[in-house]
Amino acid sequence: MEKTSNSFLDFFKKRKVQKSIIIVLFLTVPLVLLVLFTYVPLGDMVKYSFEKWNGTSKNHEFVGWDNYKTIFERPEYLRVLKNSIYYFVGSIVQIIAALYFATILNYKIKGANIFKGIIFFPTLLNGVAVGLMFNYFYRGGGTLDTLLTALGCDPETLPLWLGDAAIVNYSLVLVSLWRYMGQNMVMFNGAIQSVSSELIEAASLDGASKWQQFRYIILPNIKTIVSLNIILAVKGAISVFEIPYIMTDGQNGSSTFVMKTLDTAFVSRKYGLASALGVVLLIFIMVVTFVQKYFIEGREVDDYGRTKRGAKAR
Amino acid sequence: MAGQSAVLKQGKSTRKTHKPFKTHFWQFVRYLSLIFISFCTLLPLVTAFFGAFKTKTEFATSNPLALPKSFLNFDNFIEAFEKGKMLLGFGNTIIILFFSLIATILTGTMTAYILNRFRFPGRNLINTLFLVASLIPSITMQMSVFQIINKLGLFNTRLSTIILYAGTDIISIYIFIQFLENISTSLDESAIMDGASYFTIYRKIILPLLKPAIVTVIIIKGVGYYNDFYTPYLYMPKTELKTISTALFAFKGPYGSQWEIICAGTIITMIPTLIIFLLLQRQIYEGMTAGSVKE
Repeated sequence: MEKTSNSFLDFFKKRKVQKSIIIVLFLTVPLVLLVLFTYVPLGDMVKYSFEKWNGTSKNHEFVGWDNYKTIFERPEYLRVLKNSIYYFVGSIVQIIAALYFATILNYKIKGANIFKGIIFFPTLLNGVAVGLMFNYFYRGGGTLDTLLTALGCDPETLPLWLGDAAIVNYSLVLVSLWRYMGQNMVMFNGAIQSVSSELIEAASLDGASKWQQFRYIILPNIKTIVSLNIILAVKGAISVFEIPYIMTDGQNGSSTFVMKTLDTAFVSRKYGLASALGVVLLIFIMVVTFVQKYFIEGREVDDYGRTKRGAKAR
Repeated sequence: MAGQSAVLKQGKSTRKTHKPFKTHFWQFVRYLSLIFISFCTLLPLVTAFFGAFKTKTEFATSNPLALPKSFLNFDNFIEAFEKGKMLLGFGNTIIILFFSLIATILTGTMTAYILNRFRFPGRNLINTLFLVASLIPSITMQMSVFQIINKLGLFNTRLSTIILYAGTDIISIYIFIQFLENISTSLDESAIMDGASYFTIYRKIILPLLKPAIVTVIIIKGVGYYNDFYTPYLYMPKTELKTISTALFAFKGPYGSQWEIICAGTIITMIPTLIIFLLLQRQIYEGMTAGSVKE
């Protein structure tokens, strides 16, 4: 590349020109993609949210705030948001369980790596496979029913795990717990391992109980990553989609906000309303992200760099 | 798990305190809880595995916890592969994985190289554009993204999924930038002294140095793309374009009550994941932890 004709070479040796060329050359494609698939859709979504439109016709009718009014006036749209509470509570249980297992795996445990591997493995699995597998697990006369019958439950009294509106959300949350607990655990385990074992030993010699060791030595040292996971749990709970879509298609009151949004667009073909739902969801998530950035990550710099970068970028 | 008692004995002999009973008790609780959670984790997987080997009549008459008569009955797998279009699904998934990963790595390393190594007007603006975009969950904007894909004529093409994967991926850029921050610029500088062009520096110095970060990105993104369901489901509904996820999802209809086929399909889908996990455990733990924090 460098060994071309001489005058040309001299010209290119002016590194300033070369620098400009490489910057333009390397950034054009990523920036075009960024604008085309993030910023243009963002602008479009906001625009659509003030329109009545079926997604295909040329006829966009401006309706002002009507779509937003519909969302807040008709209970069917906000009611699905209530389902996020199940997932959020589930995530908190998940974080507590993950903390527990991350802590005990730090003790001398035979086969610790095998346990860790088993608990973590579901995180890597294909969501459709997980969904279908749990459909099989929960179905009438399926694995769960058989197991409970073997343990002495009366098969007549067992509920329809996915067919009963009072239970379906718990069943689905359990799938999410099954799937993601291991990921939290591995993250916490990594953080706990970075806590000095001498400190823990010293406390142990001073007569601190296991709980005190956890409460006063381990927990303060991994606070950042735990807070971060709670925030991610909130975001995750608002944007649940895949598992309920695959397993129940939102039946029996298991629909979520994202499912409702996508259904409104692609099934009911109410693009304007769907876009307004998207904007509302986006605002929720941005608020949570703001809390995360400025109240949690802003305080301390974690091991994973985002804050460091964020600070530099600003 | 059969070695529970042996394991406990080991625990006894290695832990010595003046409160032996209490220590043993807690060690017992620890093992018990680990065995319990492992059982809960494995139960759905193992029963699906059993189910996949059962014949139709066997399936109807035996209970889900019972072992299949033979682990050599591959009929369900063959049916899932052939009629369930899973072979096609694997083909499309591999094509999409290959091109998306190459595109992600190229755009990611190029962007990271420029943003980390150069100072120029507009750099802060571009940084901010990427940062803000990383905070927007793309699932909320699918209706307007759909319109753009449609206008570009990419609907029902593999390119739609490839371009969306590569074009909306910002985590990789951050992984590369973070990695570059820890690499001294002295190598670049001496190369500049030797008259190397910036492109040569990228090609001969930056890319090789980024190898570990590239591996991390391949793992995180590879797993993500392999598992992704909604993008191919929405943008490539055509039968010939089924990926592994959408092919498996289609089992819900025709095989709705043929659970043995569905079991076989889910097991087939999970096998590549299991192999990758067993081969690359350490890198996966590190990669998944780094990636998820940045989401």
